[in-house]
Amino acid sequence: MSSSSENIIIVKNLVKKFGSFVANDHLTFEVKKGEIFGFLGANGAGKTTAIKILCGLSYPTSGELSVAGFDIYSQREKVKRNIGYMSQRFSLYDDLTVFENIRFYGGIYGLRKKEIDSRSHALMQRLGFESARNKLIRDIPLGWKQKLAFSVAILHSPKIVFLDEPTGGVDPVTRRQFWDMIYETSHDGITVFVTTHYMDEAEYCDRVSIMVDGKIAALDTPDNLKLTFGAASMNDVFIKLARG
Amino acid sequence: MKRFRGFVIKEFYHIFRDYRTLLILFGMPAVQLMLFGYVLTNEIKDAKIAICDPSKDEVTRRISDKILSSGYFILEQNLNTVAEVDPVFRKGVVKLALIYEPGFAKKLEKTGKANIQIIADASDPNTANMLVNYASGIISNYLVTMNTEKVPLRIIPEVRMMYNAELKGVYMFVPGLMAMLLMLISALMTSLSITKEKELGTMELLLVSPLRPSQIIVGKVFPYVFLAFIDAVIILVLGRFIFGMPILGSISLLLLESFLFICMALSLGILISNITSSQQVAMMISLVALMLPTILLSGFIFPVENMPVIMQVLCHAMPPKYYITIIKSIMLQGNGIEYVWKETIILIGFTAVFLAISIKKFKRRLT
Repeated sequence: MSSSSENIIIVKNLVKKFGSFVANDHLTFEVKKGEIFGFLGANGAGKTTAIKILCGLSYPTSGELSVAGFDIYSQREKVKRNIGYMSQRFSLYDDLTVFENIRFYGGIYGLRKKEIDSRSHALMQRLGFESARNKLIRDIPLGWKQKLAFSVAILHSPKIVFLDEPTGGVDPVTRRQFWDMIYETSHDGITVFVTTHYMDEAEYCDRVSIMVDGKIAALDTPDNLKLTFGAASMNDVFIKLARG
Repeated sequence: MKRFRGFVIKEFYHIFRDYRTLLILFGMPAVQLMLFGYVLTNEIKDAKIAICDPSKDEVTRRISDKILSSGYFILEQNLNTVAEVDPVFRKGVVKLALIYEPGFAKKLEKTGKANIQIIADASDPNTANMLVNYASGIISNYLVTMNTEKVPLRIIPEVRMMYNAELKGVYMFVPGLMAMLLMLISALMTSLSITKEKELGTMELLLVSPLRPSQIIVGKVFPYVFLAFIDAVIILVLGRFIFGMPILGSISLLLLESFLFICMALSLGILISNITSSQQVAMMISLVALMLPTILLSGFIFPVENMPVIMQVLCHAMPPKYYITIIKSIMLQGNGIEYVWKETIILIGFTAVFLAISIKKFKRRLT
């Protein structure tokens, strides 16, 4: 866990085109093991496209990609086993209970019944969800859904978890709590790859890449970025970049 | 395999927790069967008629008796003049009027000829046609028995309706209904359940997981294979025991062919869910593009042979047509696979084509 220089995601010259529209224009970056990597950009800058390619939901037009040490073209199955994914919609099954959702996702990742039971027990204790164990997802508040969706995404102890705008639509307090969960996860050695358009959240990341029009316009630690661009906050950095 | 089992269990939860799905799955076959069985009937029973008999002799009375005791007609009203026919029809109760000419028996005796006028309410042309046929059949039958010695040369056609001697409508609609319901349940329900996952965004999570796309698809359709099969059995049992539909051929062959048809409809459902990502569109396509052709172009209600050539060509592109042909042949004629192998191969062909297109589409969506 200590070898922090180890790259767990390597992307070289990633290009994704939709017809003549270039969503990702020669992206090149690395993500180090155990870090919280922020992927920032305005809506339509190409964040979601890139995260989908990294998760194997979509094929790149060209480029070399390695995720969790596996080639995304030839070792797709191995990549899938080692990543977790949470979408911006906190997708869970509305008509299943909290526990049934956990059991289902544990099941499709091949966890044994005992593992599922012990992990879901620990998870619900940590979140304080014991009372909601047998409640249907449609009956629990959005903030709970968000935490649960995240917990489910890391239930199988992946090497990397991809979070696609994980804090959309929730209140600031819940957002703060959610970032605490992200920190805990990172402490446990899981690499966190997170997209967001809340600039205050960018401050919480170890390193941040900012996308503008399908290209990576800047990539560094939040402190270095602020220094480079002579800005007081990440928000100012972003505005300077986005305005060109 | 264990992953797959969990997936299927989840799918059953979805189905059993949604009362609407359950209602469609198990309520609809029963309701449809009852509807078609009792409402959509073209058999004639107790049609109300009016008789105008100014001659009131031995012969006319016997003819009237014969008609009224046939079981098809009952007397609603006796008319005194022909002029009363129109007002009686306008009330809408009487469907057929029988008018003898005055001095019927005498005229028949003297000239060997007498006239009966049969007037039918043809605002419903099919019924009118049938009533007229029945009535004139009974009358000519009576004539045959009446003058056995008088006419030297006679040709008496002896009509036999094979495989459905009583011309029961149930023989036609049970196979049609099976095709329609299996199509609806399999194609509609699977396309809905797959597009629902797309709408919820859970499909993304499934695709990110180590489950293979083929496992996802099979996992989604598997419960419906099972449920549609139960429906097929329900329809067969109801058809057999409530409506007396015969099953002359092998039941296992019948079930096997139904299974094949279910697989065909499921692959069509998968195809639909690949084309669209919203439940509403999936429902529209399933209902409009599948139900109407199944009802109209499969020979279910309207015989294919009577359609214009271009429509006939279209009919041959409808999978339900072959299924209906197969199960009619098995149920009514007691035929084995040697009579229906061609249709069976065509159904297998449809299934293969739909699946191939779906898999291709599914892969392309990922690029």
